[in-house]
Amino acid sequence: MITLNVNEMNRTLDVPADMPLLWILRDVIGMTGTKFGCGMGLCGACTIHIDGQPARSCLTPVSAAVAKKITTIEAIGASPAGKRIQAAWLALDVPQCGYCQSGQVMSACALLATNPKPSDSDIDAAMAGNICRCGTYPRIRAAIHQAAGTTKAALSQPGAMKEV
Amino acid sequence: MKLEPIADSDLAGVSRRHFLAFTATGALGGGMLLGFGLPARGELRDSLTTDAAFAPNAFLRIDRAGVVTFVMPVIEMGQGTYTSIPMLIAEELEVDVDKVAIEHSPPDDKIYVNPLIGVQMTGGSTAIRGTYVPLRRAGATARVMLVTAAAQRWSVDPSSCRAQNGEVVHGPTGRRLGYGGLVDAAAKLPVPEKVVLKEPADFKLIGTPHRRLDTSGKVNGFAKFGIDSRLPGMKFAVVSASPTFGGKLVSLDEAKAKAVPGVSQVVRLDDAVAIVARHTWAAKQGLAAADPQWEAGSNARLSTADISRQLASASERPGAVARHDGDAAAVMAQAAGRVDAVYEQPFLAHAAMEPMNCTVHMTKDACDIWVGTQVPGLTQAAVMKLTGFKREQVRVHNHLLGGGFGRRLEFDGTVRAVQIAQHVEGPVQVIWTREEDIQHDMYRPYYYDRLSAGVDTKGKTLAWSHRIAGSSIVARYSPAWIKDGIDPDAVDGSANQPYGIADIHVDWVAAEPPGVPTAFWRGVGVTRGTFAVESFVDELAANAKQDPLDYRVAMLDKNPRAKTVLQLAAQQAGWGKPLPAGQARGIALCTGFGSYIAQVVQITTDKDGTVTPMRAWCVVDCGVVVNPDTVRAQMESGIVFGLSAALHGEITIKNGRVEQTNFGDYRVLRINEIPQIDVHIVKSLEAPGGIGEPGTSCVMPALTNAIFAASGKRIRKLPVGEQLRPASQKLV
Repeated sequence: MITLNVNEMNRTLDVPADMPLLWILRDVIGMTGTKFGCGMGLCGACTIHIDGQPARSCLTPVSAAVAKKITTIEAIGASPAGKRIQAAWLALDVPQCGYCQSGQVMSACALLATNPKPSDSDIDAAMAGNICRCGTYPRIRAAIHQAAGTTKAALSQPGAMKEV
Repeated sequence: MKLEPIADSDLAGVSRRHFLAFTATGALGGGMLLGFGLPARGELRDSLTTDAAFAPNAFLRIDRAGVVTFVMPVIEMGQGTYTSIPMLIAEELEVDVDKVAIEHSPPDDKIYVNPLIGVQMTGGSTAIRGTYVPLRRAGATARVMLVTAAAQRWSVDPSSCRAQNGEVVHGPTGRRLGYGGLVDAAAKLPVPEKVVLKEPADFKLIGTPHRRLDTSGKVNGFAKFGIDSRLPGMKFAVVSASPTFGGKLVSLDEAKAKAVPGVSQVVRLDDAVAIVARHTWAAKQGLAAADPQWEAGSNARLSTADISRQLASASERPGAVARHDGDAAAVMAQAAGRVDAVYEQPFLAHAAMEPMNCTVHMTKDACDIWVGTQVPGLTQAAVMKLTGFKREQVRVHNHLLGGGFGRRLEFDGTVRAVQIAQHVEGPVQVIWTREEDIQHDMYRPYYYDRLSAGVDTKGKTLAWSHRIAGSSIVARYSPAWIKDGIDPDAVDGSANQPYGIADIHVDWVAAEPPGVPTAFWRGVGVTRGTFAVESFVDELAANAKQDPLDYRVAMLDKNPRAKTVLQLAAQQAGWGKPLPAGQARGIALCTGFGSYIAQVVQITTDKDGTVTPMRAWCVVDCGVVVNPDTVRAQMESGIVFGLSAALHGEITIKNGRVEQTNFGDYRVLRINEIPQIDVHIVKSLEAPGGIGEPGTSCVMPALTNAIFAASGKRIRKLPVGEQLRPASQKLV
């Protein structure tokens, strides 16, 4: 039996030590906000936080998270960075299909928690591991800037309609 | 804050009522409750309950408490229809669109038919084109009935009453009645056959940017995709189909698979195997342990080069004539000059972020299916055929799609899941790994386009001929759409290309790649046609030593909307202004789906042959716009999707199997690789055009035309890949 702390709640689970957290969250606990995308750490859809650090849950064995605090998309809104990121995501209507957005939000929150004023290259470095097939990247970048209060005039602002 | 715990019983889909809005429970299995101050927005419910007092048509209901529910005839897959379609109904019904509950429609090819397609389908950039009038009429019909009911209650002339914000107001006295209090009376009235729709000048919602109704659940993890279906006692299965096209399962080690803790069952099918387990992880491990062996079948030696050769050969034959104006052959024979080019476009996978999956509960009396699909009715019909069940025994519970792009126009994944579920006791979720998803996609077909033009001494195009060779998706998907031997998708963007040329011949040779299933992919025929046409026009401009913009504009006198977007895009991009060394711009035009789009892409090229798109400008005239921000989002989306494909997208086949496996070798663009995108919308009162796809179609030739401008290298075969890398740096 393994005890995990997920979103401030302890859970004792009968699972193999090498089982990735992704499947524990989704299939055992039933928290489906964390998404399966590639299973290889290539797309970031499964991003969670372990002790505040972003981690790909599809590659992280449960044994690596024992006695640590796991935070998922379902609870990230309780953190200051999470609140700001979610509000910015809403304000700029970032998601399209939305499937990758749990991971995008988790990566963005981790960035903002450690780097309150990220530059464009900081955003690239933190977010390049998260694929979005709908191509919401311009709005992700703008929303991170908005959440950080670093909105740049040069950026094309989603929502501000230009008509010709 | 409002909390709506999701109970197990709700998960059966019978009376699920979860809020996309700011529901923030600890989800399944209990957990802490967390709230944060997100605004209340569209509520999303399953479609199977209806106890509303007033439902004058299949698209809306109002209950006695005044709760308004809209049923969506098309599915939300990111394109924004769960906002724009409610806007259409709410505009005429006069209700607050942000307070409306939204439901997925149940399968029904009649009630929820896409009028442009003939079945219940989300695809082909048709959602707004198909619903713009019918759904406004649905809202207006209900409004008229509610106003009539109120007028009767007050014994006044209905024309002295107006509807606003969910109420009927009597003008002279200011009396008000909420819709909820009127539903019983309204329900007894005859449904009017004719209603007057608003004039565009009176629109309050249509044409004004509106925040999406589906965002909240997509930023807090509570949006439900098909893969998020959870049922009591549900098992998980991982499927593996024959790695070669057309191969068969020979053997596997069932004992080893079952030795993996949690594995309960091995399901053998003719051409696939599924491992059923307590969770996906055990199923995956069970599959590895089973080590299935396959008979490769008749395509064991097939390679991409074979298909390219097959199409090259096919394109030597005359095809079915899609367009024949004047006498292109005769004019070309006498022309001062001639330009020829061949373009090849590869197989492409859809690679939607949500891997293929389907949850099925098969009993002796019924088959329940939880999936995200672009075609609920066709999916239901396919399962009826497979199981022998009647319509009412096959229940399709649709979900938000984690990307569609055409992949979920196919129901192969559902059929496969039902084949497996027929052997499994209780509900089972069948998941495809990403590798399975990429290697068993139904692919955007390989196309081979041969173009020729006759030109005068100044390079002006006098005659044009275009032969298209490739797979017919339509011949498999819907043969009835083929008219006079022409697959309208295969020649779309080609036969109806926008330029005014008097002598033009376009024909098409059908050639199916052996064993490789082909399917629609974002942009469909228009994307393939636009790449060939816009590349070739660019070549003709270069041959004439003319500016690519001027050369196009000169051929667009009879196509003013096309000409306008092209000129505006050039203007926005600063076309003609000098750029630093290594940078260049390319331009392209796309007329398709009832819309007119022009794009300019600005790139930089490095010494090692890397092409980086820096900027993209997009001007779109899609007629009347419902939600401008959705148009903008779809242009951004289409551009990123198209650039991914043009730069890197390629499915290759070797020894009868797909070589790519995952995002490592099927590359798509990441945030650090995309250009800054500027979208400009042309004000228009023309009929609405489609916007989901043309952004993708236009950007591919805009990119490759920029590459030509930067390097002199004409990209005639996609993707760009390593084509610009100097020979000395090429990897062996």
